Amino acid sequence: MPETAMDRAASATPPGIARRVRGLSDRAIAWLFVAPTIFLLLAINIFPLIWTIRLSFTNFRANRPNADVEWVGLRNYQRILSDPEIWQTMQATAHFLFWTLFFQVLIGFALAWLINAKFRSSNFWTTVIVLPMMLSPAVVGNFWTFLYQPQIGLFNYVVAFVSGADPTSFSMIGDVPLAPWAIVIVDTWMWTPFVMLICLAGLRSIPESIYEAAECDRASKWRQFWTITVPMVLPFLMLAVLFRGIENFKMFDLVVQLTGGGPGSTTELTSINLKREAFEKWRTGYASAYAVILFVTVFGLASIYVKALNKVKER
Amino acid sequence: MKKNALLAGTALAAATAFAGGEARAANLTLCWAAWDPANALVELSKDFEAQSGHSMSFEFVPWPNFADRMLNELNSRGKLCDLMIGDSQWIGLGAEAGHYVKMNDFFDANGIDMGDFIPATVAGYAEWPKGTPNYWALPAYADVVGWTYRRDWFERPELQAEYKEKYGRDLRVPETQAELKDIAEFFQGREIDGTTVYGAAIYTERGSEGITMGVTNALYNYGFLYENPEKPYDMEGFVNSPGAVEGLEFYKALYDCCTPPGSSDWYMSETIDAFKSGQAALQMNFAFIWPGVNADPNVGGDRSGYFPNPAGPAGQFAQLGGQGISVVSYSDNQDAALEYIKWFAQPEVQQRWWDMGGAPALQAVVDAPGFAESQPYAQAFLDSMAIVKDFWAEPTYAELLLAMQNRVHRYVIAGEGTAQEALDALVRDWTEVFEDDGKL
Repeated sequence: MPETAMDRAASATPPGIARRVRGLSDRAIAWLFVAPTIFLLLAINIFPLIWTIRLSFTNFRANRPNADVEWVGLRNYQRILSDPEIWQTMQATAHFLFWTLFFQVLIGFALAWLINAKFRSSNFWTTVIVLPMMLSPAVVGNFWTFLYQPQIGLFNYVVAFVSGADPTSFSMIGDVPLAPWAIVIVDTWMWTPFVMLICLAGLRSIPESIYEAAECDRASKWRQFWTITVPMVLPFLMLAVLFRGIENFKMFDLVVQLTGGGPGSTTELTSINLKREAFEKWRTGYASAYAVILFVTVFGLASIYVKALNKVKER
Repeated sequence: MKKNALLAGTALAAATAFAGGEARAANLTLCWAAWDPANALVELSKDFEAQSGHSMSFEFVPWPNFADRMLNELNSRGKLCDLMIGDSQWIGLGAEAGHYVKMNDFFDANGIDMGDFIPATVAGYAEWPKGTPNYWALPAYADVVGWTYRRDWFERPELQAEYKEKYGRDLRVPETQAELKDIAEFFQGREIDGTTVYGAAIYTERGSEGITMGVTNALYNYGFLYENPEKPYDMEGFVNSPGAVEGLEFYKALYDCCTPPGSSDWYMSETIDAFKSGQAALQMNFAFIWPGVNADPNVGGDRSGYFPNPAGPAGQFAQLGGQGISVVSYSDNQDAALEYIKWFAQPEVQQRWWDMGGAPALQAVVDAPGFAESQPYAQAFLDSMAIVKDFWAEPTYAELLLAMQNRVHRYVIAGEGTAQEALDALVRDWTEVFEDDGKL
């Protein structure tokens, strides 16, 4: 009988280990390998989650470990869900989420379409376009605060040049109507390249033969786009939306650097609000309930979305 | 015999080790905010290192992250800091949560008398509960919000004449909040030496404590009180009194009319930048910046002047800043840390502290003949320290502060609702905090 790879591996196993492993079933060996991962998963993910759920029913404060901890039942959940300010942060998050996804998908797909045309120096432009996403969000937030400065900011000067308005007459991060758009613009600038790359991968995965067949059937470019390109890129696009949606739901650093949640609480997203409750006010029990609500929301929405994504892929 | 010799030897070795342990040089870490006075303290502390044989390390964190970083350190019972120059409002938490070592016995044993320090700094930086002789810190850096102005602009004859014609009084240091606003309005958008300048750079920052440290300078002077003087934690009608509402409206009016564009999130560094770059005629800021302004090549020397926060209809007050120095109870070097405090409390060290750009709280230094003339800003510093008021120093101060940041920023910067609604909401927020804390 010829020697298999498994036989070779078995013969290469040091005799000490072989002696110890001998007698263990395949299932036991499998468990042996998987156990460390399961242990880490339980310790780092599952246990904190269960602990958070438990804390969410108490008035525990992490900065007063010696204080009595009371079981408060659903009071934290009731307070959160009936607090108009929490709903305001939810609205701010929804606004940010919707418009960043909208612009990033639109512009990202358009850029991918252009880059896919393989014009001269397209590789160079691809590199230039993806540069923003290589920067740290804290750095991006910091330098955009300068770009948005009414007196010295390039952004205001460009807008003033185009519109004829006085550059000091508006403040992107200080004016209530403009601030939500200020954070949308910066996030779109930074993360559109990510969507573009995923779309580009989708576009390049479409076999050329499908387009050739369509050409033979005299399908117009417009029809080819809607009946070949869009359906075949759609799973990729949906994946990009999933990644960006999850990322932007927990957006923190960029917005803190840009606006600090202001003016007032206009750009205070849920993650910023949650951080204030948990690590500035130290209302750990309340913040745990808040985190559980957000977790259930994201988990629920993501599950529905992944199901939809799978259906699209199956088509 | 052998056994006795062994015991004696062991005892001797233990005693030697113990004595050696006491005399061993420690490496002390002092935690503070990253700002100019901290650099001066590094220089000053070299004397302590030379005298004591201990070495010093420093952990300085920029102001916007200072409270976050250091309170996390204390709450997690970290051993990073042996000495903490913590903000005045932390004293309640430091005392009640056991973060700070109580100093009374140490002060008594070493002849350090709190009566020798500026009373406002003792009350603000060292006492908890307030008004009781329980000390958790030594007043380390006396600070207060005051104003800087462009004296060279104020002295221009054409501007003086125009101001007098418009407002019917001389263009001089304002004595009231209303005069301050008039001056800010007068300079707003004016061309001076070919540059557009603005009235006043004031605190508006949202994230940490900025707008609260600014707005209180108007609120106090219009009648705002934190609580009923007769009944602790009774805030209705005090926090949101008609005077307090007027004070908040005044601050919003000052922001709307007379601040540089884009100043919706400004704190110490941004207001300094605006003033030093010649954008603003008036600057609100803590007095710690005054040595830096005085030495600045663009606006220093005779070009700038200093004055305390002007009076309002209900009196003249200013927001207390500054900090006390405490020994962290989780430190393994408490003896050496107390040695540092003993050294720091000496009058000659306090005098050198002033000479190097620090702000001592020792009465003997600030009462010394010639102190008021020792620096162009010394008189304004003395006047300001005489009118201070501080924010809550309760263990729940962070929650109280965040609530005020939220309510005030929403009204002043975002223009949401009315001043009355903002302060009513603040009373509700603060009541909830005190209820949760078991104080109500």
